[in-house]
Amino acid sequence: MRTPTDRPPVVDIRDLHVEFKTYAGKVRVLNGVNFTVYAGEKVAIVGETGCGKTTTVKSILRILAKNSRVPRGEILFRGRNVLGMKGDELKKLRGAGASMIFQDPTMSLNPVFTIGEQMFEAIRNSGREGCGKRDTQQELAVLALKQTSMPDPERILISYPFQLSGGMRQRVCIAMSLATPREMVIADEPTTNLDVTIQDQVLKILKDRVESKHSSLILITHSLGVARETTDRVYVMYAGNMIETAPTEEIFRRQAHPYTQALMRCIPRLTGGGVAEGIPGRIPNYLKPPAGCRFAPRCPQAEKRCHEEKPEFADLGNEHFVACFSYEQEEKKG
Amino acid sequence: MNGSGKTPKRDYLDEVRKLWYKFSLNKMSVVGLGIVALVLIVSVFQPLVAPYPTHIGAVVDFKNANRGPCADYWLGTDTVGRDIMSRIFYAYRGAFTMGLGVLAATVPLGSVLGMMAGYWKGRWFSTFIMRMTDIFLALPPMILALCVCSILRPTLFNSLLAMCVAWWPWYTRLAFGMTTSLRNEMYVKSAELLGASKPHILFREILPNCTGSILTKATLDMGWVILTGATLSFVGLGEQPPLPALGTMVSDGAKYLPAQWWLSIFPALAIMIIVLGFNLMGDGVKDMLSGEE
Amino acid sequence: MNEIILEARGLKKYFPITRGAQKGLFVKAIDGIDFAIREGETLGLVGESGSGKSTTAYNVIGMYKATAGQIIFKGQDISMASGERPLWMKREIQMVFQDPGTTLNPQRNVRQILSLPLSIHKMTDAHDPVGQILRLLDTVELSAEYLYKYPMSLGGGERQMLAIARAISTNPSMIVLDEPTSSLDVSVQAKIINMLLRLQRQRNLSYLFITHDLSLMRNLATKVAIMYLGKIAEIAPVDVFFSEPRHPYTKMLLSSIPVISEEEELARHNKVESQGEIPSPVNVPPGCSFNTRCPYANELCHQDDPVMREVSAGHLVRCHLRE
Repeated sequence: MRTPTDRPPVVDIRDLHVEFKTYAGKVRVLNGVNFTVYAGEKVAIVGETGCGKTTTVKSILRILAKNSRVPRGEILFRGRNVLGMKGDELKKLRGAGASMIFQDPTMSLNPVFTIGEQMFEAIRNSGREGCGKRDTQQELAVLALKQTSMPDPERILISYPFQLSGGMRQRVCIAMSLATPREMVIADEPTTNLDVTIQDQVLKILKDRVESKHSSLILITHSLGVARETTDRVYVMYAGNMIETAPTEEIFRRQAHPYTQALMRCIPRLTGGGVAEGIPGRIPNYLKPPAGCRFAPRCPQAEKRCHEEKPEFADLGNEHFVACFSYEQEEKKG
Repeated sequence: MNGSGKTPKRDYLDEVRKLWYKFSLNKMSVVGLGIVALVLIVSVFQPLVAPYPTHIGAVVDFKNANRGPCADYWLGTDTVGRDIMSRIFYAYRGAFTMGLGVLAATVPLGSVLGMMAGYWKGRWFSTFIMRMTDIFLALPPMILALCVCSILRPTLFNSLLAMCVAWWPWYTRLAFGMTTSLRNEMYVKSAELLGASKPHILFREILPNCTGSILTKATLDMGWVILTGATLSFVGLGEQPPLPALGTMVSDGAKYLPAQWWLSIFPALAIMIIVLGFNLMGDGVKDMLSGEE
Repeated sequence: MNEIILEARGLKKYFPITRGAQKGLFVKAIDGIDFAIREGETLGLVGESGSGKSTTAYNVIGMYKATAGQIIFKGQDISMASGERPLWMKREIQMVFQDPGTTLNPQRNVRQILSLPLSIHKMTDAHDPVGQILRLLDTVELSAEYLYKYPMSLGGGERQMLAIARAISTNPSMIVLDEPTSSLDVSVQAKIINMLLRLQRQRNLSYLFITHDLSLMRNLATKVAIMYLGKIAEIAPVDVFFSEPRHPYTKMLLSSIPVISEEEELARHNKVESQGEIPSPVNVPPGCSFNTRCPYANELCHQDDPVMREVSAGHLVRCHLRE
C-alpha cells in the first residue's frame, strides 16, 4: 500500500474491523482501516464526530470498551501482534511503548493525588533503569515540566490538578507522557477545550517534545488547521474508513476524495469569502452501514459501483493515496 | 414540504411501545408487574375467584375449623372455619386501598410543595416548608400513626390518614432536591427568558423531568406503604374484624404457632409477595422513565 | 446608514465573591464597555474564556442585571434583569445558546418547544397551529417528521436548528448568538452559518455573535470587537479589523489561529508569539490589563490604563502603543 520508507513502521494497522455489541444490534464502526505510522513520524487523523478516530487509536492500546470485538484485521506494534498480547506484554506496551493524552486532562489526572505523586507513579511504571528511586523520579519530573515551559516546576509537583488551569493541566499530561522515552505518543484532541492562544502554545510544546524524544505522534483532531501546523502526514477518516492520506503539504495543495474536498470548502477562511453550504445528509447508521463506499449516499459523484463495492486505496504518486473509484484510471496511467 | 397537505400525527402507540420495550429490558421487573397484576385481579374479583367468597364476614363453620392446607381449603381454615385463601384475597383490597390512597394523596401534594420550595429556594415559605418537612421526617411514622389512630377511631380510613401525614415529606424532599438543580438548567432559564409563566415553568418544564424519579419512588413505596399498613393492622389499627386485614390475620394466627402454622404464615407470605412485586417493578419503572434512548 | 438598534454605554457587571479567601472582592466580568449595533448588522464579540464575552450576552438578554452603565435597545434602557422587562422586549430580543443539548428540555417534543414562545406572545395561529409550526421548521430546513421528536433523538446540528427556529418564531429584530456552532462539526457549522446569514438578509435581523473563532468571524460579521479581561481592546469594521489590526492582543490571537492555506498565513500579519495565560478577573493587573502578556509593554503600560482612541472611522483601539 504505502511506499515503505527507510524507517521501520511503529504501528501498522491492516484491514481493521471493530464492532460494538449493543441492544440495538451490532454497531460496525471500523470498516477495514489501513493505517501506518513510521518511526519519528507525526501523523494526524482528521475526521468529524463519530467517524471512528478515537476507536482506531484506542484499539492500538487495547483500551476499547468491553462490548467491542475485532472480527477481522491486525494491529502490529513494532512488528508484534497487539491483538494477541497478554498480561505483561500488554502492560509493557502501555507503560513504555505508547502513551495517550486525552482531550480532557481531568480524565487522566486523578483529582485526589498531587501532580508529583502521579508523575512519579508514571515514571516508575515505565520500568526503565533507576526509575524506582525517588530522587531520579523527582529529577525526571522536574526536567519534564521545565521542558514544557512550566514556570516553577517544584511548586507544580506539590499542587493538585484542580489548582491548575486547563492549559497547565494539558501541559502536565504532555510532560508526564514524555518524562520517559516513548516510541509513540497518541494525543486525542489535546487542545479542543483550550483557547487559541493556549492551543498554540500547547501544540508547539507537544511538537517540540515529540521531536526531541524521537517519538512518533498520532494526533487526533477535527481541525484541519491544527493538523497542518503540527504533523507530517494526514489521514482523513470518514465513517470508519481511512479515505485519503498524503503528506501534509500535498493534501493541502490537492484534495482527491470528494469528502475531503467538501470538508475543506466548509472551513471558514481567515481571508473571508464565506463558507460552502455544508455536506448534505448525515453520517451513516453503523447498524446498517451502506454496502459499498460509505460516503456514496452523500457523494455528488457516486455511481452504481460506489453503492456496491468498497474502494481500496489508489496510488496518486507523491505518497498520496485515496479510496475512491474515480481515481482508479489515473492510477493505471501513472 | 407542506404541499402534500399531510400533517404528521403524533404516534402515541409507538411511544407506549417504546416505554414497554425499555421496561421489559429488565426481566425481573416484568415478573414484578405480573405479580402485581395477578394480586390486583384476585382482590378485585374476589367474589368470583375465591372458593368461599362469603368467608370474609362473620361466618362460622365449626365443622371445618382449624383444618390445615387440603384439597378443599388450599391454605387451610381459621379457628372458626373460614377459608384463609378467600380472606387473603379480600384483605389485598385493603392493602391496595391503603397503598393507592396514601400515594394518591401524598405524591402530588409532597411533590408540588417540594417543587415550589425548590424553585423559590431562599424565600421564607421555602424555608418554612423544608423545616416542616424536617420535623415530620424526624418523627417515627409508627408513632405518628399510633397518635392519629388513638385520637380518632381505629379504622382503615384513619390509619390511611395517619400514613399520609407520615409520608408526604419524602416526596417534598425528593422534589425539592431535583428542582433546586433543575432550575439552573439552561432550558429552564431559556423558558424564563422567553417570558413563560411560573406555572408553565413548574409544571411543564420542571415537573416532566422529575416524574421519572417520583414515579419510581412511588412504585417502590407501594410495597412499603402496604407493609406499614399491615404493621398497623397487626397492632389493631386498620380494618376491623370481622373483615380481614393482612396484618390482623398474622397477629391473630401468631397465637396458634407453631401447631396451626398456616394461620399466620400464609398471610405473612401474602404480604411478602405483594411487597416483592412492587419492588421488582420499581427497577423497570426507573429504566422506563430514565429518558435514555 | 441604518439606525442603531442596540447600544451599550459604560456597561459593567461585577460578581461579588461571597465565600473563601477572596471574600469581599469582585469578579470584574465586564468592566466598562461601549459598543453599538445597527439594524441588519452583525457585531462579532471575540475573546478567550474569562474575557467576559458570554457575560455581555447574558446582560443583553437580561439573565443578569447590569452593575453599572446602560444597555439601550430601540431607545429604551434595558439594563434591568429579564423579570422586570416588559413582554414585548422579550419578543424582540432572542438568544441561541452554545450547547443546544442543554437549552432544549429533553421531556418536551419539537412541537411543544416551538409552541411555547408563540403562546407566550399570543402569536399562535388559531386556525392552523400545526401548520404554523411546520412553516417554522421549514425555514430552518427541518422536515415535518420532526414535529413529534424529542431533542434526545436529534443530532447536534438539528438541535441547533431547532433552537434557531425557536429564536425566530416571535419575529425578533435582534438575536444574541453565544458560540452557536462551537460544539458542532465544520460541515454542520457551515450549514448553520449559511442559514443564519440567509435569515438575516430575509428578515433584516441584527446579530450579536459571540465566538472565539476569528476565522468564522471574518466570514459573517460586519463589525468585530475583541474583549480581554472585561474590556474591549479593539473594535473595527470587519475589513479594517483583519487588514489593519492595531492591538498587540489582536495580533497575538490572529497569529495563534491554525490555518489551512498560505494566503491565510499571510493574512495573519507579523506574527506575535503567544505567551502566558489570561489572568484571573479578580486580580486584574494595574495599568493596561494586557501588560502581563504583551511583548511590547513598556513602563507606561504598567502604570496607566489606556483609554479607547479612534484611529480611523469606526476603528477604536485601547492601547498606548497603537503605532
